Amino acid sequence: MYVIIVGAGDVGYELAKSLLRGDHEVSIIESSQERCDAVREELGSLALAGSGSDEAALREAGASRAEALIAVTGSDPDNLAACQMARHRFNVPRTISLVSSAGNEPLFRELGIDVCINSTDVILSRIEEELPRNSLVHIMGVKGSNREIVSVRIPPDAEVIGKSLAEITVPSDSIISCILKRDGALHPPDADVVLQSEDEVVVITTTEQEEALREVFTWVE
Amino acid sequence: MRVVIMGCGGVGALVAATLSEEGHDVVVLDPSPESFKHLPEELKSKAVVGDGALREDLAAVGIGETEVFVAVSSSDSANALASQMAKHVFGVDKVICRINDPANHAMYTELGLDAVSATRVVSHLILEKVNG
Repeated sequence: MYVIIVGAGDVGYELAKSLLRGDHEVSIIESSQERCDAVREELGSLALAGSGSDEAALREAGASRAEALIAVTGSDPDNLAACQMARHRFNVPRTISLVSSAGNEPLFRELGIDVCINSTDVILSRIEEELPRNSLVHIMGVKGSNREIVSVRIPPDAEVIGKSLAEITVPSDSIISCILKRDGALHPPDADVVLQSEDEVVVITTTEQEEALREVFTWVE
Repeated sequence: MRVVIMGCGGVGALVAATLSEEGHDVVVLDPSPESFKHLPEELKSKAVVGDGALREDLAAVGIGETEVFVAVSSSDSANALASQMAKHVFGVDKVICRINDPANHAMYTELGLDAVSATRVVSHLILEKVNG
């Protein structure tokens, strides 16, 4: 697959290396000549100096045959402009953007950016995962909806322990997708699966139902 | 009319001063407070330090209750993001946006933005004089 990366900062550079290892063809567009030269020394001639939202630079990079453009500069406006230019001028089928300011994410989605990655969210959810007291962890949002995938860990004294899924009512708009048992076994959400302490329940839900869902699985009498 | 102007360079300050003289309620937004030196004295109190490409900063100047949004900072991409935010997220009726690069100007126009390219306008004027 041919991929254009806009921005050769730490993220862009590591991404390029990783895609190259996966046998993809990669070009990088980077606005700083100095940074561009540094990347060329490491990875060869795939880096070109220019702005990712400049039509001429994208044409030079061969954007019309690219299957994806990934914008990872530190500037939300530049990332958006590069993705819009790729999509509307070069018909690049898939655009992916880093979003630094969380408030910009809904706009990017509305404007048709296929994947938005909010670095703050990613870091927060990693930290949430590592905090033992936090029983509900956001795994990811579901594109084009207010749904999200979350994981709830069953605390040691929860009411639901010993109950089968058939005996448990989840809130509306919520569907259990799988149960990760504490011994590592993965179960589909069959009615006869019995919950134990430290099991992880992976659920598709909405932001509004999150609290109700947490209560179902973590309630202690 | 209530007008929010993003970018207080020469163009932003002149648009702000003119609209204010015409009796409109003008707010100027720019991340750098030094830029407010371009404004006439009576408008300095209407200047807000902030980045129009940030949703929070647009919300803070009451973009939702604004009839007109004008994005004339020196960055095309910042103007484009802020304008699309004002139009699609906050539902501002009239959004005008400076896009200097003619190629970008064509694209944003197709995407429904009311875009003005200084490069195009100036070269058009020069060509008129050359041919006239």
